[in-house]
Amino acid sequence: MNTVNIVKISYRSLGRNKLRSFLTMLGIIIGVAAVIAMLAIGEGASNAVKEQIAGLGTNMLIVFPFASTQGGVHYQAGTTSRLKEGDVTAIREQCPAVEYVTPITRVVTQIIAGSENWRTNVFGAYPNYEKIRNWPVSSGSYFTEQDERDAAKVCLIGQTVAQNLFGAGSVPIGETIQIRNLPFKIIGVLSPKGQNANGDDQDDIVIAPFSTVQRKLEGSIYAGAIFASAISSAAVPVAGQEITQLLRDRHKLRPWDPNDFTVRTQTEIASTADATTKTMTLLLASIAGISLIVGGIGIMNIMLVSVTERTREIGIRMAVGARGGDVLTQFLIEALTLSFAGGLIGIVIGVLTSEFVSNLQKWPIIISPESIGLAFTFAAIIGIFFGWYPARKAANLNPIDALRYE
Amino acid sequence: MAGSIISVKHLVKIYKMGDFEVHALRGINLDIEAREFVAIMGASGSGKSTFMNIVGCLDTQTSGEYLLDGVDVGKMDKDELARLRNLRLGFVFQAFNLLPRTTALENVELPLLYSNKLSSAQRREKAMEALDAVGLGDRSEHYSSQLSGGQQQRVAIARSLVNDPVVILADEPTGNLDTRTSVEVMEIFQKLNARGITVVLVTHETGIAQFAERNVVFTDGKINRVITVADRKIASEELPKIPVLLDEMES
Repeated sequence: MNTVNIVKISYRSLGRNKLRSFLTMLGIIIGVAAVIAMLAIGEGASNAVKEQIAGLGTNMLIVFPFASTQGGVHYQAGTTSRLKEGDVTAIREQCPAVEYVTPITRVVTQIIAGSENWRTNVFGAYPNYEKIRNWPVSSGSYFTEQDERDAAKVCLIGQTVAQNLFGAGSVPIGETIQIRNLPFKIIGVLSPKGQNANGDDQDDIVIAPFSTVQRKLEGSIYAGAIFASAISSAAVPVAGQEITQLLRDRHKLRPWDPNDFTVRTQTEIASTADATTKTMTLLLASIAGISLIVGGIGIMNIMLVSVTERTREIGIRMAVGARGGDVLTQFLIEALTLSFAGGLIGIVIGVLTSEFVSNLQKWPIIISPESIGLAFTFAAIIGIFFGWYPARKAANLNPIDALRYE
Repeated sequence: MAGSIISVKHLVKIYKMGDFEVHALRGINLDIEAREFVAIMGASGSGKSTFMNIVGCLDTQTSGEYLLDGVDVGKMDKDELARLRNLRLGFVFQAFNLLPRTTALENVELPLLYSNKLSSAQRREKAMEALDAVGLGDRSEHYSSQLSGGQQQRVAIARSLVNDPVVILADEPTGNLDTRTSVEVMEIFQKLNARGITVVLVTHETGIAQFAERNVVFTDGKINRVITVADRKIASEELPKIPVLLDEMES
């Protein structure tokens, strides 16, 4: 058999039936484009969720003062904190699984800038709060160890505070705000963090050096809480045990005494993150699966119909002397050509659609080579198989049966 | 038998339709000489088309023997049969069976593409020769849909003869044509026959059968009788006697 002739026959046949060729290709184009676009959008969403979860700071541990008991009466948690800055120093020095640690104190108060005022949380913390919460500034800079030692009247403000005091889009670095009649210089604006798991606005915050808040705003020797971060997410439980043991020793608790504090880790969040990631992966897989099936059925239908409709043509070709193999090769070349051309056009359209959706919805997209490969390979295999299979059935008939086919 | 190009013995074809069987051919014995012009006649369902399809290697017999030029066709596989259809046989159908959206020339070239002996220039030349032989050299670039029924049938005949077959088989070639066009087609067959090609033709019209040398009449899957045509009609002599239709004259 002369393959050159068969190739010629195939391309003549494709060129002769431009509408049919285009429609067949369209099935493949839509199938491939749909899969690529769906996966790009889905993966973009999945990635955005993963980033948000990573932004929570999953290595974090929080030590709260526990409810104290006097004469059998339980007092509200945190009413009598026995956590001191000395505990923080001890944790930093004696707990190898802990990377950063800071005392936290909080005052809820009115703050004033010019003619505007706002009620918010003023937190006192060490500069390493940035590392523990994984919360950088969007402009300006964090306060330094020197500011902490000097109890400098500097502060960082959250996005919500900046908006309410200085208007949207402003960058009030160098401005001064009044907190309990003390002037604080703004040295940085925190990057937006959004809502936490309870729905609280985390950007409604002012952060100042711990020493400044404790001495100048609060006047207490105790810390409201201790935030720490473990060296890795795997080390979180170990860090928790180390802190618990250390604080029991420092608070001189006897073995039968209950803890006068509680260490809360972010393992719940970590497991939530894990579950969310799994859900997203499953969702993506389902989207890909459904898109592939829908696309595949489309390709299959159009191939089956267009090739079955050509049974008579196959009969004519065999009547004038085409062998079964000649006919099959012709249909295989046609299917290959349509599948590859359609697949390539589908990739282009899929990528363009993803970009378009991304621009329109401000939705992050990720076009992975795997999704392109998956869509293309699947479409090509379906296209080629269903272009070949009905042709094979027709080529196996006696020519007269193929000719009589209606 | 010497000189016998088609020789069938006890040819039987049974179609199975679910539970019951249809006996289309009930034992045909027939020899057709080389260069002969034979018309197969019979009513619908008499088995004449089934016989032609088997002789044309488009279908296979249930039992019996079929020798084409002394070669046992029954023992051939599908690819060998395809080669036989391509090189030794030409088949003309009642429904023309041209490829749609394809020019006359490309339709005629089709068997040559599958035989693979010629360059594309030689192929074109040979296809043009065949089209000239049926008087359609000036219509080579016309698409099937742009040709009349008679012209389509002539393209189909050109296609059947392009590979220089030994036998041309035609199944009701005039069934879809008017009287005058039918005679024109018969003229071509008689010309080809004169060139030495064996022509076997199926028809139910006695008028058409008169153009053959011998008529074989099928009844109910058997050969009823074989008649040698006494006063054979010559198509080129008949044509002037047939009035040209008015609308044809105008166009």
